[in-house]
Amino acid sequence: MMRVIKGIPLYLLAIAILIVTGLPFLIMLLTSFKGQMEFMTSPWSIPESFSLDNYLLLVELEFFGYFLNSLFVSVVAVAIVIIISAMASYPLARLKFRLNRPIFILFMVGMMIPIHTTLVPIFILTNKIGLYDSLFGLIGPYIAFALPISVVIFTQFMRDIPKELEESAKIDGCSHLRLFWNIIFPLLTPAVATVAIYNFIHIWNEFIFALVLTNSSQNATLPIGLREFYGEFSVNIPGIMAALTLGSLPLLLVYFIAQEKIVTGLAAGSVKG
Amino acid sequence: MSRTQEISLDTVSVRKKRKNKDTWTIIGFIGPAFIIYGVYVIYSIFMTFYYSMFNWTGIDANMVFLGLENYVRLFQDGVFWTSIQNNFLLVIASLLTQLPIGLIMALLLFSPIKGMRLFRSVYFMPFLMSTVAIGILFIFIYEGNYGLLNAIMGTIGLESLQTAWIGKESTAIWAVIATVCWQFAPFYMILFRATIVGIPEELYEAADIDGASGWQRFKNITLPLLMPIIITSAILSVIGSLKYFDLIYVMTGGGPNNSTELMATYMYKQTFTNFNMGYGSSISFSMFIIAFVVTVFILLGDKSRRGNE
Repeated sequence: MMRVIKGIPLYLLAIAILIVTGLPFLIMLLTSFKGQMEFMTSPWSIPESFSLDNYLLLVELEFFGYFLNSLFVSVVAVAIVIIISAMASYPLARLKFRLNRPIFILFMVGMMIPIHTTLVPIFILTNKIGLYDSLFGLIGPYIAFALPISVVIFTQFMRDIPKELEESAKIDGCSHLRLFWNIIFPLLTPAVATVAIYNFIHIWNEFIFALVLTNSSQNATLPIGLREFYGEFSVNIPGIMAALTLGSLPLLLVYFIAQEKIVTGLAAGSVKG
Repeated sequence: MSRTQEISLDTVSVRKKRKNKDTWTIIGFIGPAFIIYGVYVIYSIFMTFYYSMFNWTGIDANMVFLGLENYVRLFQDGVFWTSIQNNFLLVIASLLTQLPIGLIMALLLFSPIKGMRLFRSVYFMPFLMSTVAIGILFIFIYEGNYGLLNAIMGTIGLESLQTAWIGKESTAIWAVIATVCWQFAPFYMILFRATIVGIPEELYEAADIDGASGWQRFKNITLPLLMPIIITSAILSVIGSLKYFDLIYVMTGGGPNNSTELMATYMYKQTFTNFNMGYGSSISFSMFIIAFVVTVFILLGDKSRRGNE
């Protein structure tokens, strides 16, 4: 397409960037197969034997609990976000009413609000309603902060759906609710994918709410679990690398399976935001 | 009553009914999202301002009203100024590194090199890795004794430059900024790539006929068409940099000696480590004001730029 840089320098640049992006991953993966002694003597060499001991240790330590917690929080929050933000977007995109614009702007403003500005009140609120140190306590804030981008994506998408589709249904006496669920929502599939991917990545890796709103290890999500593990085993570097590898694996696997979908979904989400 | 009047009265009442029905539909549809958003985001912002006027540990019920005293204290707090300075350093560094590198990566993905699938896959990976994992991984990369960076420098004969990268005040902030760039350049890469894909091939063909060089094609076709997404990316990058937290918290905790402190890490420290909830709230409310002002500033700038076109 465009050949600003040609031939060999092009290759060298591409490979240099490949090394800088890829090498940390490679080192992480290779180190995770080493024993402690082997790491001490030759930290950056290729492992002599690919031992799975570090991974077995993680299984023993019930590292998988963190996965289940992250999965639960992410899936529930993303599912609720999709439903309520698609619903909210329907009147915002399709109906005329006085507060339409102000409400839309209010949602949009959420994209620039630093999470930290809400941290103390949310911490106190979560305590008050008895959800401190529970996975349910995380879901509310995750939904709230996923709403702005989701509403923006859905409204943009809904405005492009031709009006005629619903007009004929309206003449037949179809209610807004049925119209939304039976006609509009099924047409939203690409937007749903975008919203789901965008929010899933963010919620899966979310750190500060999980740090402030949970306390015990059995309610720790993956990022918190990783940090806890790092704190406890900081001398066992190969063990930590195994934890990091395992912790990064789910999203990377999903990425390798659905690469194009994720990339276009993310791009669509941000461009419209 | 004439027939026409009857009909028109009828339509009015139908319209009224419809309007009434619409109101309930609107409330019913927007309600759930609005309540959650209202409680967790809007209410919280007001509460942060409210809490920022107290001296309060957050643990006991003892709240002493101070008015705006916390803000006066904040203005005189050297660490807070350091953190603002670092935040803006991060803003500038992010704009100057993440966007151009992201652009170069995106352009490379359209060049005729073999093994494109591998390049494309690997280039994007850092963005998917959890920030906590990245932080921990880079602690080991920057480590002074056996760290990867020093090992590489040793191999290529730069022993004299080896150091404990995040353990030293002078290098820590740069080491962290480089890591942030490593993490986010791939994100801008996808944004740019998505836009480049959409540029009609005919434009390049026409340029080829005119005998345009690669650089001319880039300057006259690609770059102008990328401008809107570059602006969007810049906004995302600036706002993101102003509320940055995770990586610094994991890697340095704001140290050594506050040299990598950001507004968010300082806020966290004051609130949840020192239990100065009131003072911490004044920091987080200031973050909100700064982010708000900067956003308005950017949007106004963008608007006037568009107006000039």
